[in-house]
Amino acid sequence: MVASRLLRPASRLLSTHRPFISPSKSALQPAASLPTLVNARRYATPSGVKEVAVRDALNEALAEELEANDKVFVLGEEVAQYNGAYKVTKGLLDRFGDKRVIDSPITESGFCGLTVGAALAGLHPVCEFMTFNFAMQAIDQIINSAAKTHYMSGGIQPCNITFRGPNGFAAGVAAQHSQDYSSWYGSIPGLKVVAPYSSEDAKGLLKAAIRDPNPVVVLENELMYGTHFPMSEAAQRDDFVLPFGKAKIERPGKDLTIVTLSRCVGQALTAAEQMKKDYGVEAEVINLRSVKPLDVEAIVKSVKKTGHLMAVESGFPSFGVGAEILALTMEYAFDYLDAPAVRITGAEVPTPYAQGLENMSFPSEDLIAKYGAKLLRV
Amino acid sequence: MFTRALRSGRALPLRRNAFVPLAKRTVTTDAASSHAEKEHVPEKDDKPFEVRLSDESFETYELDPPPYTLDTTKKELKQMYYDMVSIRRMEMAADRLYKEKKIRGFCHLSTGQEAVAAGIEHAITKEDHVITAYRCHGFALMRGGTVKSIIGELLGRREGIAYGKGGSMHMFAKGFYGGNGIVGAQVPVGAGIAFANQYNDKDNTTICLYGDGASNQGQVFEAFNMAKLWNLPILFGCENNKYGMGTAANRAAAMTEYYKRGQYIPGLKVNGMDILAVKAAVQYGKQYTVAGHGPLVLEYVTYRYGGHSMSDPGTTYRTREEIQRMRSTNDPIAGLKQKLLDWEVTSEDELKAIDKEARSYVDKEVEEAEKMPVPEATPKILYEDIYVRGSEPPFMRGRTPDENYYY
Repeated sequence: MVASRLLRPASRLLSTHRPFISPSKSALQPAASLPTLVNARRYATPSGVKEVAVRDALNEALAEELEANDKVFVLGEEVAQYNGAYKVTKGLLDRFGDKRVIDSPITESGFCGLTVGAALAGLHPVCEFMTFNFAMQAIDQIINSAAKTHYMSGGIQPCNITFRGPNGFAAGVAAQHSQDYSSWYGSIPGLKVVAPYSSEDAKGLLKAAIRDPNPVVVLENELMYGTHFPMSEAAQRDDFVLPFGKAKIERPGKDLTIVTLSRCVGQALTAAEQMKKDYGVEAEVINLRSVKPLDVEAIVKSVKKTGHLMAVESGFPSFGVGAEILALTMEYAFDYLDAPAVRITGAEVPTPYAQGLENMSFPSEDLIAKYGAKLLRV
Repeated sequence: MFTRALRSGRALPLRRNAFVPLAKRTVTTDAASSHAEKEHVPEKDDKPFEVRLSDESFETYELDPPPYTLDTTKKELKQMYYDMVSIRRMEMAADRLYKEKKIRGFCHLSTGQEAVAAGIEHAITKEDHVITAYRCHGFALMRGGTVKSIIGELLGRREGIAYGKGGSMHMFAKGFYGGNGIVGAQVPVGAGIAFANQYNDKDNTTICLYGDGASNQGQVFEAFNMAKLWNLPILFGCENNKYGMGTAANRAAAMTEYYKRGQYIPGLKVNGMDILAVKAAVQYGKQYTVAGHGPLVLEYVTYRYGGHSMSDPGTTYRTREEIQRMRSTNDPIAGLKQKLLDWEVTSEDELKAIDKEARSYVDKEVEEAEKMPVPEATPKILYEDIYVRGSEPPFMRGRTPDENYYY
């Protein structure tokens, strides 16, 4: 199952260049979701910037943290001999041995609980879920055993653990394998939750997660694993970490604030270019990076400037990340809004298999641009 | 003889004898079944002497039984007695305080099961680890919590063992990982503690307890699998008090021989009413794991006198006669007391003095706990320790944005 998925998805789709706008645009055409600049560079530039795939950035983060601290170990299904179901842990077994990189049986509740126990006993586990869909088997351990123990113990029992794996929908894998858990984990006090978009995000946030003394959930995106991004010289260093709770303005703009996360950041960037071209408006794209804590300040600051807010995410609409962003905008930035804030989310439907139906279930670049234009009445 | 039957049975291949009843007799729950010759009991308090355990103290599964003798001292026996009396006195205080409506929420007492918590503690060191479910007061006390801090926690006081944040089911101390409220979830977590021990090359053992009710949870078997697969130094332990809440073991489990439910993990069923048998079993189990043989599944056959929790009178699913019979004939404290007198380890007067000392210690601590202040109802205290100090987000949201707490 996994092997066939590996052959198919993100990386191959990404290398195919497609025209920017097409009426039958698929939500799954990530080539269009990247600024052209990104695709243009595939080599080290004189400034030291290097093209790195998200997968490799994650791998580098794991390798550096395994190197830096003996207490760090990686445990999950197929992380060692198979080299990782999505090759994120490729080569780690050879480099660090089977004490540090451990293949688990298919037993999510069990191995998640085991890594939580190891964290309570002072180690710093990285618990990989093949996908977060399977982590539902283990969500009790993440929430009740990991997130709450420090508080329940009155602060005497910390739990330094990182839960990571691909989250959100992938290509053509239907309902049980296509769900976004950002809002599930984002609602739990005691957890920190991050959702990287680019390679720098991936490396900096994962390293920060492993170093953070609290339980951290790192929600990666399968469709982004093969995407290359430029990585600055600073980000290539082994001391590079990104702070939690700080959003990144990926594209400055004065007319509309698009708050988004994970893969939708790329889609929003493309949509922003399209809106500029078609309507002459400048959208500011905010990459949240971190779901919990969430950078309200960055949102408010941007809304003060633009007067318009649109949240874009791929989770289910009800009680989701978009809903939270809109509520926060109401609470903190109502006076600066020139129109009601809006959200684009996944559709309220179990993800269908057929491609045409799947495309209708998730945000697309085109939809973002059009809905943004509608909000701005342009 | 029973033990010999087991030994010969052990030589058979696993599959053949796995589900064949080895003997009709089961482990006794007689709390006073051990034997020592009083002539052999030394004068000095700390000089070791040998106690012989009853033949019916253990049943084994794919395992040599532990020695049926136990070296102990008068001092240790008296300490065991003191410990069990303290736990019971503390649980009785909790019972009273609950009925006075001073304790909130859930409250699960271990009255009747004292020999398990106290016996385990006498077989391990503070470097070993214990994790259990929500019936945890006795373990918290044995692991080094004070009566004042435990009762203080039940009363929701600032100086409670978890600073008033955990309550009855969530107590932690060095080498004690709770106090866990989700039935069965502590079992894989316990396996993880053992995993960390192995990872750090420490020769400690982890005692991981769960009830007969929890033993039907899927993740218990997931933990068994990984523990055996990775040879983890852990003693899984089913505290079989015969009822998971109000459901009798045989109404919940297709196979109630809990010590055999590790299938590929050797098992040991223990008379959990006899503190000496518990100590002997755990001591043996610890040696077994430390020697690198991997996990064991223990079953402590015990009995809870009270209901499942304070809201359960405990009489709708079992007869009053059954409870009365266990209390009057199998009580772990009365059983040890009788032995101490029979063996002339102590005099009746000295025993009364120990009793009195334990009781007055507990009563004094309870009294002090009641006087301890509750946490101030301030945002600072409400929001502290959600995250490790210094690593908190800038703020946590209150009920309204006006109530947001900024670190």
